[in-house]
Amino acid sequence: MCEPEETFISAMEQDKPWALISEVGGVSQMMEMFCVLPRQAMEQDKPWALISEVGGDCGLLEDHLDIVKRHFQVLCYQDLLQNPELHGPKVQALLMWRYYPEARPALLRMLPSLKVVSSGGAGVDHLDVAFINGLGAKVSNTPGVVSRATADLAMGLLLASARRILEGHRVARDPETRRIPLNLQGADVSGATLGIVGMGDTGFKIAQRGHGFEMDVLYHNRNRRSLEDEQAVGATFCQKLDELLTRSDFVVLAVRLTSETAGLIGTRELELMKPTATLVNISRGQVVDQDALVQALRSGTIRAAALDVTHPEPLPRDHPLFGLPNVLITPHVGANTSSTAGRMVEMMVESAVAAIRGLPVPYEVKPK
Amino acid sequence: MTCLCYLRCVRKLWTPAEASQLLKVVNLHRSVHQLQHKKVMAEEKPWALISEVSEQGYLEEMVDVIKPHFHIINYKDFQQNQQLHGPKIQALLLWNAFPVVEPSLLSLLPSLKVVANGGVGIDHLDVPYINSLGVKVTNTPGVVSNATADIGMALLLASARKVVEGHQVAMDPKITHIPQSLMGVEVSESTLGIIGMGHIGYKIAQRGKGFDMKILYHNRSRRSVEDEQAVGATYCANMDDLLKESDFVMLAVNLTPETTRLIGHRQLSLMKPTATLVNVSRGLVVDQDALVKALQSGTIRAAALDVTYPEPLPRDHPLLGLPNVLITPHVGTHTLATTIKMVQQMVDNAVAAVKGQTAPNEVKPK
Repeated sequence: MCEPEETFISAMEQDKPWALISEVGGVSQMMEMFCVLPRQAMEQDKPWALISEVGGDCGLLEDHLDIVKRHFQVLCYQDLLQNPELHGPKVQALLMWRYYPEARPALLRMLPSLKVVSSGGAGVDHLDVAFINGLGAKVSNTPGVVSRATADLAMGLLLASARRILEGHRVARDPETRRIPLNLQGADVSGATLGIVGMGDTGFKIAQRGHGFEMDVLYHNRNRRSLEDEQAVGATFCQKLDELLTRSDFVVLAVRLTSETAGLIGTRELELMKPTATLVNISRGQVVDQDALVQALRSGTIRAAALDVTHPEPLPRDHPLFGLPNVLITPHVGANTSSTAGRMVEMMVESAVAAIRGLPVPYEVKPK
Repeated sequence: MTCLCYLRCVRKLWTPAEASQLLKVVNLHRSVHQLQHKKVMAEEKPWALISEVSEQGYLEEMVDVIKPHFHIINYKDFQQNQQLHGPKIQALLLWNAFPVVEPSLLSLLPSLKVVANGGVGIDHLDVPYINSLGVKVTNTPGVVSNATADIGMALLLASARKVVEGHQVAMDPKITHIPQSLMGVEVSESTLGIIGMGHIGYKIAQRGKGFDMKILYHNRSRRSVEDEQAVGATYCANMDDLLKESDFVMLAVNLTPETTRLIGHRQLSLMKPTATLVNVSRGLVVDQDALVKALQSGTIRAAALDVTYPEPLPRDHPLLGLPNVLITPHVGTHTLATTIKMVQQMVDNAVAAVKGQTAPNEVKPK
């Protein structure tokens, strides 16, 4: 943190309007017209936010850091640990990116002034909301903005699995390939039956995309959608999950992880699916019984699986899912585009600023 | 007919018992005659020349569609005795542009009535020349459109969201956190520029609309207002405008002298540095050397290709080594359902042509 170089306030000049500049140097003419306050002096008023790191694998990107710096002074986790007694009490916001820094009690104890934990992403199953609220801090997430990017990835996984993009790319690059293989056959997506389990924001967007492929869209949800919604995407409600499972060529899981949805897809559900069907999961790994899934894929009970989420993440390196030829796994990249990530950071900052000012928090997550 | 007359005579002349006995014999004769008749009918099935029944040629399921209508001879057997087999062949069923239709082959097939192609692209055929020999050319439009549009979107999404790289990272024992390099580009609400708005291009537009993409298109002729409105597509009379504004440029033209090297240095430099080129038409529509340079220099972000020239590429081709290139080995129509539909359509065309009837999908020279 820099010390302000000089503060140019004169009692005689208080009538002049204020202008914020970056730093002092070469602005003498401007100073005739304005009271000038270098940016560094303003910095000191900004509240402190704790993040994991800048760059690296867990941290915020430089571009996104600029969004944060407009409203906060930034403390990195490693620097907090250097001197928690000095730095800890300054922190009013914890900006959690890709689950880091983890909001464990040990960390929270170092942050007596904490007013908000702003988590990037829609899911909050990794946070004990009630406990954090009990410490006097609010919790916020970033719903909505992630649903488009996640729906896109769901379709990307569905298509890549159906049309065997991974294998095609391997064959195309293989040093041994001499002729175009004619037996690399995939499954039709157009006109197939798409079964969406969980028709929230993300599920609905997946339905919209599937409809564009002339797919027959079925959905199962706690509540039925309105008629207009259903007609907009050509979706048919399945009261019973079993019915959706028996009829679908592609089953896409888009539920939130709750006590009801943990282990939702197990041996019984997989056996109800067609042997030509594909399972796509963009919700949480725990929604699927992974051992049952391995068995089903090995035995041909279902054709293939495409997973953006597993449990744990990442999977242990010797996990049987890695050994199966009919599995496509991406490392939880559902919202991983620059524009979505940028928007998420904006929302996190918005929530954090509101919480610190004691205003209603736009994306607050309340405990159930 | 001889049978019936014989029967009547027998009935008139003989006693019932004797007639009954004879009828049994006659029935036997009739059965034999019918069998002979069927055999003659079977023998009347015309002969078709194909490449081979194998992974590189015709799958068993495809042969099952052809057999009810044609006797099949494969290319190797044909070559064993061209003098014997040649004159029998009335249909040439082309799959994956094989066998190669050259004058030398055609001169061995004096009875040939049709070259029936499996697939819609016929850039590998000299249609005027083949027609001059009194032979029709047919293809299979329509049935290929859904599967090809699907592969176009599959490539677009896989490239944008780095699905292949993501899988490699997920599988890599050394990697514990997602690298920043795995950050992708947004597909939803981005601009999709379709070059070639025929049957396939239009299906691609439909699919892009589902992602709330802004659709631009360039085509020899403009589509109707209803067509445009149905998919939210805006016509770009000037292809340059499409290239400048698109986040994803999708090539869905057929290969003609006009579209050969349609996308070269100039076109690539007009594109955004964040843009992706997707090609599901033919390799020759793109100047591949220019593409390599554009990808190496960051003139465009990435390319996703189902087609190259040649296919497959030589194993040391620079495209194979670039990290921002996704290539699939011409799998655009490779689903079993689409393959069977194509073979069915190919057979229907060939059957009609051999009978001297109008073939549903005859390709006429321009």
